[in-house]
Amino acid sequence: MTAMAPESQAARADDDALRVEHVSKRFGALTALVDVSLRLARGEVLGLIGDNGAGKSTLLKILCGFQPPDTGRIVLDGNEVLLKSVDHARSLGIDVVYQDLALINQLSVYHNMFLNRERVRWPLLSNRAMRRIANERLKQMGINLESVDVPVANLSGGQRQSIAVARAVYGQPKVLLLDEPLAAMGAKEAALILDLVRDLKQSGQVSIIIVAHNYGQVLEIADRVNLLQHGMITFDKTAKDTSVQELNDIVIEEYRRALQERQRSA
Amino acid sequence: MSETVQRPPGVAGAPSGRPSQGSAALASLRRTGTVLIQQRETTVFVVVVLLVLYFRLLSAASSSFLTSGSIANLTQVAAPIIIIAIGEVFLLICGEIDLSPGFVYTFAPFLMHYLIDFYHVPVIIAMLLSLLMGVVTGAVNGFLTVSLGLPSFITTLGTGFVLLGLTDTTSHAEPVAIPSGAVGIGKWIGGTSYSDAGYPYTQIIWAVVLVAIFHVVLTRTRWGLHTIAVGGNSLGAAESGINIARIKYGNFMLTGALGALTGLQVAFFTQTIDPSSGGYTPMFYSVAAAVLGGTAMLGGSGTIIGAFLGSLMLAVLTDGFTAAGISANPLSIIFGGAILVAMIANVQLARLREAGRRR
Repeated sequence: MTAMAPESQAARADDDALRVEHVSKRFGALTALVDVSLRLARGEVLGLIGDNGAGKSTLLKILCGFQPPDTGRIVLDGNEVLLKSVDHARSLGIDVVYQDLALINQLSVYHNMFLNRERVRWPLLSNRAMRRIANERLKQMGINLESVDVPVANLSGGQRQSIAVARAVYGQPKVLLLDEPLAAMGAKEAALILDLVRDLKQSGQVSIIIVAHNYGQVLEIADRVNLLQHGMITFDKTAKDTSVQELNDIVIEEYRRALQERQRSA
Repeated sequence: MSETVQRPPGVAGAPSGRPSQGSAALASLRRTGTVLIQQRETTVFVVVVLLVLYFRLLSAASSSFLTSGSIANLTQVAAPIIIIAIGEVFLLICGEIDLSPGFVYTFAPFLMHYLIDFYHVPVIIAMLLSLLMGVVTGAVNGFLTVSLGLPSFITTLGTGFVLLGLTDTTSHAEPVAIPSGAVGIGKWIGGTSYSDAGYPYTQIIWAVVLVAIFHVVLTRTRWGLHTIAVGGNSLGAAESGINIARIKYGNFMLTGALGALTGLQVAFFTQTIDPSSGGYTPMFYSVAAAVLGGTAMLGGSGTIIGAFLGSLMLAVLTDGFTAAGISANPLSIIFGGAILVAMIANVQLARLREAGRRR
């Protein structure tokens, strides 16, 4: 157990884009989050790592309004918020790229980009406007597609991921949550996504929490790293003060402990 | 054909295009083919045309197929299938099915008759309440399916049976005449087969107008887009903030209302409220028409125009056999075969479309 989150939290609270305080969540008998507190400074990229089942996705789904927490507070820009729905969180400036991307295969790229915030000239969809804006945005972000009319089913993994990112940043969120954006992605495609995140970071407009498994990639992009273990944040260091080696060691130790427990119970 | 395909202006006539004119024509022919294959409705359309030609040849001697009388008859067979199929397409796309609209169809005109003749409710209000009964049935289906999480195949079967029992109990399974006060306005709803003036095309006009409206709803509105999203990726739709329950409730209610409308129309048309009318048949025909028209049973895709053509196909089959004087007994074999062939063709064509897009 290294530096705990709460100490560093009080000091510069005014700068925080987002604070999570003592959030817990249970699903029936399963405790997903025990007591999670973390802070995300303005303009910061926070890398969130942890074992499968540690609660990373659950935490993100709470922060984007998809699920309510059982207990705890979420403080956005210094104000406590009660996120009622994904739409509500979005309207407050929190957007998300889910691990499963939440793309609809049968729909075109531009319909996916505008899903549930379509441009409408009542009662009809403004397809032309959506197509044009989608084209512009993707071009601006350096994402090259043959056409925004094709169904997303026909795109590569990297293209799908970048569409999902483009969709999340379209509304110019203050806080962007990225759940495993680099999983199952080739080096070339991962580089494309990392570039997108780096561009967002340089714009300085958005604070980002990025969940990832590859520690090299996390340290490449993140300012600070938090480790989530068994539903709690157990590690909080700046990227400069830690290393792939240290992060690996922590995970290997967790793995050893799990092994011992298995042997003991056997 | 190849000449009518759009080309960028100036390219065809340019000197540089000369040497490869033959291959260009071939390429544009292929492009036309690809475009046609990409339209899911094309297959059904071709089949409908072929069937019409076939029956026309077959019945050339007796010449009773596609005479004006038999066209009217054809549309009267097709219209109820078309109208219920509209609802089924929306439901199938969002991942559900409704087996009850045929029973809503049976009960709706009875309800109207009770309201008018026993409770002295004004005709228009009685009709609206009958339609509302369809909407309420849809809401019940939605509650059982969405809110209680039961499969719609079972819940809608249950509500269907309840309605059937309700109809038979209250009517003592006896047909009754249309309330005399409702006959006049009934011509606008379902037409009539008897009076000299007659309104033989009333039902098909309703059907075509509804097809036009709901084609636009499906392809050009948020409701349609979200219906596709819910069926295509239910979790993804929820994660995007789409209210899945609202979409499914709405589509069940739509289907219930369309079932009730169809029941009223057929009752007005035949001038009789018949407890044996409706039931499973119109519902199964409608689902079959939707599937023939390219709607995926597993959700995520489908078209209203396809279901319209699928309904026409089933109507032409029914009517054609009768007109040609062939026994109606083997009809179900043909139906079953047609549905199977259409399903196989749809899957195969979907693969071709995929290949065409990826190229």
